[in-house]
Amino acid sequence: MNTIENKVAAVPVTEELSLVRAAKQGDDAAFEELVRRYDRNVFRIAQHITQNREDAEDVVQEAFLKAYGNLAKFQEQSKFYTWLVRIAVNEALMKLRRRRPERTVSLDEDIKTEDDSLPREIADWSPNPEQLYNQSELREILSKTIQGLPPGFRTVFVLRDVEGLSTEETAAALDLSVPAVKSRLLRARLQLRERLGRYFQKRESGDGIQ
Amino acid sequence: MKCAEFLQELTNYLDGVLDAKTKVELENHLSWCHNCYVVCDTTKKTIEIYRDSQLYELPEDLRSRLRSAIMTKCQQHKKRGPQSI
Repeated sequence: MNTIENKVAAVPVTEELSLVRAAKQGDDAAFEELVRRYDRNVFRIAQHITQNREDAEDVVQEAFLKAYGNLAKFQEQSKFYTWLVRIAVNEALMKLRRRRPERTVSLDEDIKTEDDSLPREIADWSPNPEQLYNQSELREILSKTIQGLPPGFRTVFVLRDVEGLSTEETAAALDLSVPAVKSRLLRARLQLRERLGRYFQKRESGDGIQ
Repeated sequence: MKCAEFLQELTNYLDGVLDAKTKVELENHLSWCHNCYVVCDTTKKTIEIYRDSQLYELPEDLRSRLRSAIMTKCQQHKKRGPQSI
């Protein structure tokens, strides 16, 4: 079985760094280029966390604005993108807290028992699960399924598996330890697998979608 | 390798960061344990489906509106000084 190879979201550090340095010197065109490079990533991350389109739009604006205002403080010890993701995740979590004041939202919540992600449903999937549904149905299923995960799990999943950050970069962006990222990632993957299985399981009688 | 140990190593295996010895043991386990094989295969599919889904893409018109709003605010910030953000 082949393993997963993540797409690399970030551009080569040297090129990114020269844009960052130019932006620090007041070159707004260089900063705008950084916005162009990462706005789609920030929007995806923000919408995964907030599950709300307007909030995600606000997060994109606020994250870039904060990055701009704090560029002088960026020490260049990590990639600019990792630093930006960290700002965006914090902004997105703040939005989520405002929408759900009754609940505490943090990356440290949701730690229940180690058993909550153990596979219960083992049935195999259809060989081409994507083909069981049209594109908009599939997006609806994927969106609904990931919404059901606790914020701390879906944040780790989106950074690692959708955006392709390394485990170390994810840990740095979320201020978590590497083992904590790995543990959440495993549980996020297993919980999503289990929930998607309800839609993608092999049908015994071949009677299509139920 | 037992099923519980397989589960512990699953993320490292899917990420391709398992040491050679453990990888051989895990693949040996998968060769006879159908349940673990299914869990491994469907977890891999889960990751691929999300990665390839283009869920929450930013439409071009919204993208340029956001970008110009960001740059306008950045320029305002520059004029007002560092306390404005």
